[in-house]
This record gives sequence, C-alpha cells and structure tokens, in this order.
Amino acid sequence: MIANLAQLAAEEKQNPLIPAGPELLVGTIAFAIVFFFFWKKLLPNINKVLEERRAAIEGGIEEAEAMKVEAQSVLEQYKAQLAEARHEAARLRQEAQEQGATLIAEMRAEGQRQREEIVAAGHAQIEADRKVAASSLRQDVGKLATDLAGKLVGESLEDHARQSRVIDRFLDEIEDKATKAEAAR
Amino acid sequence: MSADQTQLAFDWSCRIMSDNGCGFPAPGLHSFLFQPMFTVGGYEFNKVMLLALVTTLVVVTFFWAAFGKAKVVPGKLQMVGEAGYDFVRRGIVYETLGKREGEKWVPFMVSLFFFIWIMNIWSVIPLAQFPVASVFSFPLVLALVVWVLWVGLTFKRHGFVGFFKNITGYDKSLGAVLPLVMVIEFFSNLLVRPFTHAVRLFANMFAGHLMLVMFTVASWYLLNSWMIPAAGVSFVMTMAMIVFELFVQAVQAYVFVLLACSYIQGALAEHH
Repeated sequence: MIANLAQLAAEEKQNPLIPAGPELLVGTIAFAIVFFFFWKKLLPNINKVLEERRAAIEGGIEEAEAMKVEAQSVLEQYKAQLAEARHEAARLRQEAQEQGATLIAEMRAEGQRQREEIVAAGHAQIEADRKVAASSLRQDVGKLATDLAGKLVGESLEDHARQSRVIDRFLDEIEDKATKAEAAR
Repeated sequence: MSADQTQLAFDWSCRIMSDNGCGFPAPGLHSFLFQPMFTVGGYEFNKVMLLALVTTLVVVTFFWAAFGKAKVVPGKLQMVGEAGYDFVRRGIVYETLGKREGEKWVPFMVSLFFFIWIMNIWSVIPLAQFPVASVFSFPLVLALVVWVLWVGLTFKRHGFVGFFKNITGYDKSLGAVLPLVMVIEFFSNLLVRPFTHAVRLFANMFAGHLMLVMFTVASWYLLNSWMIPAAGVSFVMTMAMIVFELFVQAVQAYVFVLLACSYIQGALAEHH
C-alpha cells in the first residue's frame, strides 16, 4: 500500500509534457544527421539519376518521334509514287483507247473507200455491158426491122448505104423519144 | 517504482486468480520511463535516446544503400527508396508548396518524414517495442525546428510589419472585431501551433503504446484458470492493435510533414 502511494506520488511528479534536456539534444542531433545526409548526399545523388533517366526517356521519345516523321515521309513518298503510277496507267489506257479509236476510224474509212471503189467498178462494168448490149441490139433490131420492112414493102432494101441511114434515123428518133420521156419524168 | 510495476508484468506468479493476490500490473506513465543505460557527465542515456540514434542509423543506412550508387535503371532497393522519396516529394511537398517553391524544402521534408516514421515504427519491432515519438521531447524538437523555419521565412518574405499581418491574419474588412481576431490569431499561430503540432504526434504514439502494452500485459495476466479464453481475446486484440498502430504510425508521420508544409506555405503566401 505504501509502495503504491509512493508510486502514485512519483507518477504525479512525472509530467509527460515536460521535455528533458538530454532527450531534446539527442533528438536534435539524430534528426540533424538524417537531414544532413539527405540534403548533402542522398537526394542530390538520386535527383541526378532521376534527371538522367528523364533525359534518357525523353531521348527515346525524341528518337521515336524522328522515326515517326521519317516513316511519314516515306509513306508520303510511296503514296506519291503510287498516284504517279496510277496516272501513268490511266494515261496509257487513254492513249490506247485513242489509238484504237483512230485505227477503227481509219479502217472504217478504208472500208468505205474500198466499197465505193467496188461500187464504182460495178457501175463502169454495167455501163460497158449496157453499151455493148445496146450496140448489138441496135444491129439486131436494125436487121429485123429491115427484114420486116422488106417483106412489107416487097422491095429489097439490100442497098446497104441507104439501109443503114434509114435505120440510124429511126433509132435516133427512138432515142430522142426515150430521152425526152426520161427528162419529162 | 516503475521498475517494480514493469517487472510484475513479466512475473509468472503475478496472474489473475493467483494466490499472492497480485493486481493487474496496468501500464501507465511508468511505461514511458527507462532505467539509464549509462551516464554522461551527470546526464542519463536511456533506451529512447538509443532508439532515436538507431533511427538515424537505419534511415541513413537504408537510403545510402538505395541512393548511394543510384543507377538510371534502378535495383529493387533503389526502386523502393525512390517510391518513398517520390511519395513525399510529389505527394506532400509539391502538392502544398508547388514545384518551384517546394523544391528547396524537399530534403527537409523527406528527412522529416522518414525520421518520424521510423521513430514510430519501433513501437512494433520486437526488442525495441517503443515509439520514440511517445516521449514528448522528440516531437517537440521537430516541431520547434519547423516553427523556427516558418517564423524565419515569414520575416524574410514579408518584413517586420508583414510578418505581424501574416501571423495575426490582418484583414481590414473584419472591422470592429479585428483586434480580437488579431490577438486570437497571434496566440494560436505563434504560440499554440508548435505545441499542437508536437502534441498531435506525441499523443497518438503515447496512446498507441499504452494500448499495445495494455493488451500485451493483459494477455499474459489473464493466462490462468478459466480466464484463458479472455487471454486469447486480448492476444487477438494485441495483433489487431499492432496492425492498427502500423497504420497510425505512417499516418502521423504523413500528417506531421503535411502540416509542416502547410505552415511553410502560409509563410510563402501573399497576405491578403
């Protein structure tokens, strides 16, 4: 009991909010040492390294940036070449088309010309045939008419000169009539 | 006296329902007293001072190992150190002071944080088992350092008149109550602030240590007869308190540094 009371008295004297000199001193020294090392050595050390790391990372980023730019330029170059190639192809196609068209036109013109030639040759042939036919017809008709007339008139119209004069006059009359008729039509 | 009480807590015969009628050796202020280890010029050197110095040793050794030969590609230790450093630098200093003003405060705040944290952590380390900050002198020293820096900086930034305007929260728009506000602010800022700054850390660690000791001693004291289950409960509480204290220790270190930063920030701020 007495011991307990003594203890209580001791505790009453002990105030935890009264600092003790030696503890203050030790606390100050302990903290000062920590601060000193951090301030002078450790943090400058780590800051230097962090700075280096930052620089390294930024360097990497810059490199990547440069590569990206290069890739971009290569891509653009490639695109330009592709576009050029497309243009070239289109131009060639156009040219081929034009050439084809000219060729077709030329061939068509040639065909036309040949057709006209053939038609013209045909016409000439027909004209020549007609002329031959006409002259042979004229002789035949003349002879028939003479024969017929001789028989009708009873006199020989063998006299060649007179005969042919009569025939020609007759045929010319017929031709005249035909021409007139044609003109009138 | 205190030694007696402390010894009783370890005495096998002193347990509940034992024959000698031994009461519960409750922890108290005596739990914060230590026999001197040795004496230097009449001054006693005790376990708490030793722990404070070991704190210094641990913090400096760890960060020396982490940052001594720092590499651009960090090792594990350096990575852990960087994480802690970055937490204080960005999470506390830059947040409150900004990068430009905060930069030169980083070494102080970083050392403050880790010093306090490790001082607190001794609370749950076997053999040490005592938070250094639960002895008022240690938080007080740190709070005073912050106070001196803060007052000095306020003088430097604002001059003599500016200092008083800053300290007293001078604001003309307050009108008639201005003198009253100024007196209150003067005391609250200049005199009470360092005290509360220190007490906040001290009281948290003090209470935490009391709780830990209480449950630990109780686990031992209850370990008798049919009270053994109660001893089990007390033991589980001890474990829970250890986890909780680990949390409180870190939080209190954080809060102490955060407040230090906000005081400094007040000194940097333009008075309005």
